[in-house]
Amino acid sequence: MSNKIQKLLRKTWVSILLSVVIGFGVGAIALAIAGHNPFRAYSYLFQGIFSQPRHVAWTIINATPIILTALSVVFAYKTGLFNIGADGQFMMGAVAAVFLGHYLHLPPIIHPIVVILGAMLVAGIYGGIVGLLKAKFGINEVITSIMLNWVALYFNNYYITLPGVRKPNTDASWEIQQTAYIRVMNNVKFADDGVERLRAGNWFFSDVVLRTDLNYGILIAIAACVLVWFILNKTTLGYSLKAVGFNKDAAEFAGINVKKNIITSMFIAGAIAGIAGAVFIMGQAPHRVTTLAFSEQYGFHGLSVALIGAVHPIGIIFAGLFFGGIRYGSGSMQARMGVPNEIISIVIGSIVFFISIASLFRIIADRIEKKKGGK
Amino acid sequence: MDAVYMKNIYKYFGDFCALDDVSLKVQKGTIHALLGENGAGKSTLMNILYGFYNSDGGEIFVNEEKVNIKNPSSAINLGIGMVHQHFMLVETLTVLQNIILGSEVTNRLGILNMKKARKEIMEISEKYGLAIDPDALISNISVGMQQRVEILKTLYRGADILILDEPTAVLTPQEISELINIMQNLIKDDKTIIIITHKLKEIKESSDFCTVIRRGKYIDTVEVKDVSEQGLASMMVGRDVNLHIDRGECDPKGIVFEVKGLTVADYRGLDKVKDFNIKVRSGEIVGIAGIEGNGQKELVEAIMCLAHTKAGNVLINGKEIQNTNPKNVLESGVSVIHEDRHKRGLILDYSVELNTVTQKFKKKPFSKKGILNFEEINNYAKKLIGQFDVRPDDCEKTPIRALSGGNQQKLIIARQVSEDFEIIIAVQPTRGLDVGAIEFVHKELVRQRNAGKAVLLISLELEEIMDLSDSIGVIYDGKIVNFFENDGKVSEQEIGLMMAGGGKNE
Ligand SMILES: Nc1ncnc2c1ncn2[C@@H]1O[C@H](COP(=O)(O)OP(=O)(O)OP(=O)(O)O)[C@@H](O)[C@H]1O
Ligand SMILES: [Mg+2]
Repeated sequence: MSNKIQKLLRKTWVSILLSVVIGFGVGAIALAIAGHNPFRAYSYLFQGIFSQPRHVAWTIINATPIILTALSVVFAYKTGLFNIGADGQFMMGAVAAVFLGHYLHLPPIIHPIVVILGAMLVAGIYGGIVGLLKAKFGINEVITSIMLNWVALYFNNYYITLPGVRKPNTDASWEIQQTAYIRVMNNVKFADDGVERLRAGNWFFSDVVLRTDLNYGILIAIAACVLVWFILNKTTLGYSLKAVGFNKDAAEFAGINVKKNIITSMFIAGAIAGIAGAVFIMGQAPHRVTTLAFSEQYGFHGLSVALIGAVHPIGIIFAGLFFGGIRYGSGSMQARMGVPNEIISIVIGSIVFFISIASLFRIIADRIEKKKGGK
Repeated sequence: MDAVYMKNIYKYFGDFCALDDVSLKVQKGTIHALLGENGAGKSTLMNILYGFYNSDGGEIFVNEEKVNIKNPSSAINLGIGMVHQHFMLVETLTVLQNIILGSEVTNRLGILNMKKARKEIMEISEKYGLAIDPDALISNISVGMQQRVEILKTLYRGADILILDEPTAVLTPQEISELINIMQNLIKDDKTIIIITHKLKEIKESSDFCTVIRRGKYIDTVEVKDVSEQGLASMMVGRDVNLHIDRGECDPKGIVFEVKGLTVADYRGLDKVKDFNIKVRSGEIVGIAGIEGNGQKELVEAIMCLAHTKAGNVLINGKEIQNTNPKNVLESGVSVIHEDRHKRGLILDYSVELNTVTQKFKKKPFSKKGILNFEEINNYAKKLIGQFDVRPDDCEKTPIRALSGGNQQKLIIARQVSEDFEIIIAVQPTRGLDVGAIEFVHKELVRQRNAGKAVLLISLELEEIMDLSDSIGVIYDGKIVNFFENDGKVSEQEIGLMMAGGGKNE
């Protein structure tokens, strides 16, 4: 019996699940202290996610860019790098997407593809700079990334001040062309009689398509996750990137170009965060960039999701949906009970905390073993 | 009195039985050797005594009292200290910091008393002749000095029962006899030492008793003075072993590899290799004998283009390769068995099979258009494992970290001799191997020679150099100070003298 528990405790998914449960427990305590009934609060939370098809759709929409920034973090992590710069890369990707989305005039389908490639290139170079500085001068990627995150934020704000970029009477840029939208049934929605036609349709059209920004971004995100998994595990590129991450001295000795691999890895990580920025701009309103005082934290949410997803390219799809879900659902908790949705930040914070110390569960497993003593 | 009694110990790794009813009795105040082939379970047994692993059965008595060793700190409290086969040092800290790590001397305010610690450490260091540079970074010092740091660390913690897992694998003959002296001093202090070593000569010189285990099973415990080296070897392997290989005549052809006037500086900018010259022809083994720290490390790094050369050339079939890059060196036909298997040789987090293709995963048939072909990799790994008797024999998918030290080494050798090369540079190729495996590796190097390959052997083991080399160069202070044919005219003593710098009579 205790043997089974031990084995379970050593499994990653079990420790993650336990962390989630404990996280909700901590959140419940916080709720109770604040004078709310935790059970009611949580039931509103889950109603807020699952009660209507459009809520589920919003969960997916919110999760999409975060899954992609998490993927960026995972990719770098698997190759021995810590990409705390996904936040800045996301913003650079978003600015690039707005630029290409607004100024280029291309047919649908082609336009989003061009926007994504452009955002990947810009954000990839932005990540690549970090790799370059690490490879050539040995500067720690965490330090450069944090600084570049700020640079990206101010670049975003600066871009909006450029002549012709700002939409008059707003603190934001112009929207991108509709040809660059990747929303589901975009044409119908913006047709003259579109709203009526959709309203007449079944729940999918009337509830989901009409009332959300449902877009194809999630498919792009899943495809990217699968592709990254494939690259990491099945290709020579993945082999050498991981080899450098595990032991750069041995990799170097085997003739692998360590510097080139570090730059490549950061370029790819940046490019993935760039897809996140592009998908965010093309997929959901307001389809433009806004002057910001602080970053919107997509990169940092990506860090949390990467952890919750066991730093696994497929695991983060589920973790991202979970993360997006409870953040979205917390809105209804707030609306219906007046619970501040910071509570959800506490829940997420504790989950991440317990996952970070997941070795704790393994230690508990070891304890059980020792209590048992020799056979 | 028994200082240690391990009774009927079992240990499983998954389904694999690493220790199958092994017992070990060590008398207080003696030096007790533990002998067994690579993967026999020696390190595992000692890791159990040190609390690193928990056994799956059996009892442990220390000083005739039953104990429950839960973790290394309870072992340390029982007065047990261990020097591991693979060092456990923090590369980015200094020697001194590493030694005090975990047992820092602090004053009442909890502030480190470095002065006191330094004084104590330097005292121990002097007392036992364990020369160290207390302020050097671990990453900058040689493997030999790292070993000394490990030994010092244990002594500093005041252990009564010392476990030394292959402590001499990297020491020079002089250092080994010094270590044996230290051990004997410790015994006089009524301390107890358990030593794992594959060098039978050392067992004969130092130990009182010897316990032999084979493939996880207890074989016997004998009094060392009653058995010969040959006897120990057969007991351990279970068959007769050739301790000295008969390499036969060599038939050298043209020069394949040449180093001309090479000068290399170390990280501090001091010249470590100075105007170094050597030529290796195809079909011959050239040995470089020398005491550790005389430039061997820097020479290899420079050949591999991991260090910048200040002057001179490295040539393969007349083509210069110095100051290019490792990939170019490998593709020019150099294969290197590096002495530091964990740093340079292996990617410990990769499986055994992935480690077999570190140099050729980009080539057919192991990959095609950037996609790895796992079936081919697996077959290739199986082939190497079979040919080189890497144990356990179904280990392709296990992380190479889990293999015993000797089996890791066998895999590196298997990989490097299976590369496409013109010259193989073997640096300490048999470090940590059992006598059976050494015999095998020596035969393999001779086979490569006979197949017309050039072999450059760099070793601290004079015996190995003398057994294998067709010609010998003695390196001292970064230079070849003597070069001669190994035809038996120069004795071991004479070479030893040259190695110590007494042979500058060019
Ligand atoms: N953590 C582990 N997981 C799985 N197998 C292991 C692990 N540690 C050791 N083994 C296996 O147990 C066996 C004994 O290993 P051990 O390291 O004790 O050998 P050893 O006698 O010290 O050999 P060597 O002389 O090569 O160091 C080996 O077959 C090894 O592969
Ligand atoms: Mg061992």
